[in-house]
Amino acid sequence: MADKVIYATYDDEQVLLRGAKDLVSKGIYIRDVYSPFPIHGLDPVIGVKHTRIAITAFIYGLIGLSLAVYGMYYFMIQDWPMNIGGKPNFTLIDNLPAFIPITFEFTVLLAAHGMALTYFLRNWTLPGVKARNPYPETTDDKFVMELHLHDNHDQTELELEEMLKATGTTRIEAR
Amino acid sequence: MHQESAIREPLILGDKSYSDITNDVLRPIVGKADRSWYIVFGLASVMALWGIGCILYLLGTGIGTWGLNKTVGWAWDITNFVWWVGIGHAGTLISAVLLLFRQKWRMAINRSAEAMTIFAVMMAAVWPGIHMGRIWLAYFVFPLPNQFGSLWVNFNSPLLWDVFAISTYFSVSLVFWYIGLIPDFATIRDKVTQVVPKKVYSLLAFGWTGNAKAWNRFEEVSLVLAGLATPLVFSVHSIVSMDFATSVIPGWHTTIFPPYFVAGAVFSGFAMVNTLLIVMRKVLNLENYIHVKHIEYMNIVIIVTGSIVGVAYLTELFISWYSGVEYESYAFINRATGPYWWAYWSMMTCNVISPQVFWFKKLRTNITFTFFMSIIVNIGMWFERFVIIVTSLHRDYLPSSWTMFHPTFIDIGCFIGTIGIFFVLFLLFARFFPVLALNELKSILKSSGEAYKKQTLEH
Repeated sequence: MADKVIYATYDDEQVLLRGAKDLVSKGIYIRDVYSPFPIHGLDPVIGVKHTRIAITAFIYGLIGLSLAVYGMYYFMIQDWPMNIGGKPNFTLIDNLPAFIPITFEFTVLLAAHGMALTYFLRNWTLPGVKARNPYPETTDDKFVMELHLHDNHDQTELELEEMLKATGTTRIEAR
Repeated sequence: MHQESAIREPLILGDKSYSDITNDVLRPIVGKADRSWYIVFGLASVMALWGIGCILYLLGTGIGTWGLNKTVGWAWDITNFVWWVGIGHAGTLISAVLLLFRQKWRMAINRSAEAMTIFAVMMAAVWPGIHMGRIWLAYFVFPLPNQFGSLWVNFNSPLLWDVFAISTYFSVSLVFWYIGLIPDFATIRDKVTQVVPKKVYSLLAFGWTGNAKAWNRFEEVSLVLAGLATPLVFSVHSIVSMDFATSVIPGWHTTIFPPYFVAGAVFSGFAMVNTLLIVMRKVLNLENYIHVKHIEYMNIVIIVTGSIVGVAYLTELFISWYSGVEYESYAFINRATGPYWWAYWSMMTCNVISPQVFWFKKLRTNITFTFFMSIIVNIGMWFERFVIIVTSLHRDYLPSSWTMFHPTFIDIGCFIGTIGIFFVLFLLFARFFPVLALNELKSILKSSGEAYKKQTLEH
């Protein structure tokens, strides 16, 4: 049997949130919610885990830090030590204070851009990608809940729609 | 839902719904531009073209077309560079620092302040670029493998720190701005009906969907970027100040420079945000979103940072005497009473004395007066950089080489030109980009909207 998707539209994010809580308590699995802005408190209800993207930023930052320190060690101490105003570059530790600004900048550079790229890839928001929101209104003022028949074996399509209606949705569409 | 006291002034005035917010921001994008927009855009374009002409002449002929001489080797070029970088500090400060402090009033102004930041940093980057003279060798500032040794850039030099600071600041601000813009581009994409704009905004929106996980990531990325951008904002102008502070020129060689430059940068940045937004809210009919309360908050930031700058000026003056170094004392006596006294006192009046009038609530909530003051502050901050750079250089250790700096036609043209390019970019932004952060404003509508606040009062 082909999977069927039910989209339930709401006019208010609080109604959707109450509805989602209600449905989940009855054992319904909500696949996704589309909204024009983040609805606070919804993620734990529909089982969206907190993103780990901040950890990746930390890792990118560490890479930036090591690259910066190693790069400056190579350029200034190993490859071409310069004697600037009688203050030669012979050891990393002596030069470290002068290297701090660039180390910091490069750490931030890699952390920010690495995280941004990860974010674009994980969200699949890239130039030329087609939008996948069910209705154009979900980026304006409508909030849409997405249910798959496939995820909810215990209910028939009709039963699901009845349950959705009880939560105060303004429009139900099955595709 | 987050509740906010009804006593606290609302941030969104009038009875707005979610789609009203969308439509208010979309109107200038889908509609025809005002006649006033075309007039200002035409004027800015002329300035920009004049500037580009002067820059091309400069590049073709050489730095000698500027008024620099062997004593004053840095003048308007670096003054303008520092001025623009300073202006470029408000945007990321508003979006990053105020995000960390959970200040909701930032949401109406952050988008345009960040745009201003990006354009201002671009204008700043023009100056060291053209100051190199041979701009086609600009890639030498990066540590690229080469056939000269290999000869590397000097990582002990603050000038190189600056290269890294400015490029990091610019690119991180750009990414931060763009990540915030994506959901709003998606709103425009789903709302416009004309074929070409729909295509363009679809491309710009990167296929944003707005599902729960995407928003979850969006909020986390915004928070972490804010956390990264906050120390970045402070580091950038600190490093700019080190271009001066690490030298041994009396008047430059001061440890107070980093915090003093950062305060000055925030000061001028907020003034520029005021200048731009006071006009923009009127022309684009956004008075319900950017209103007196927002302007008052910015004026408070201006008093605080203006006072920090004032204390820094006085500390500098005191220390120059207290240090007992006669060259240092002379640098400051010369600033205040020498041939450049007018620049010093313009700076003092515009930056230290005049912002103090904002202690009066009547004045800091007066929009016309704020606009006037924002211009004064920007003039004052330009003079600050001019005073630091030129008056410290023009009388060096050898009286026979004492001289004055006289700007040439090209000096003036390049400066006016960057102002023109900046305004061209900002006007294009105001016409084609969502000037308010739609998704953020919608998320505070119920807690900070006027109509919703009234409802909670009645219950």
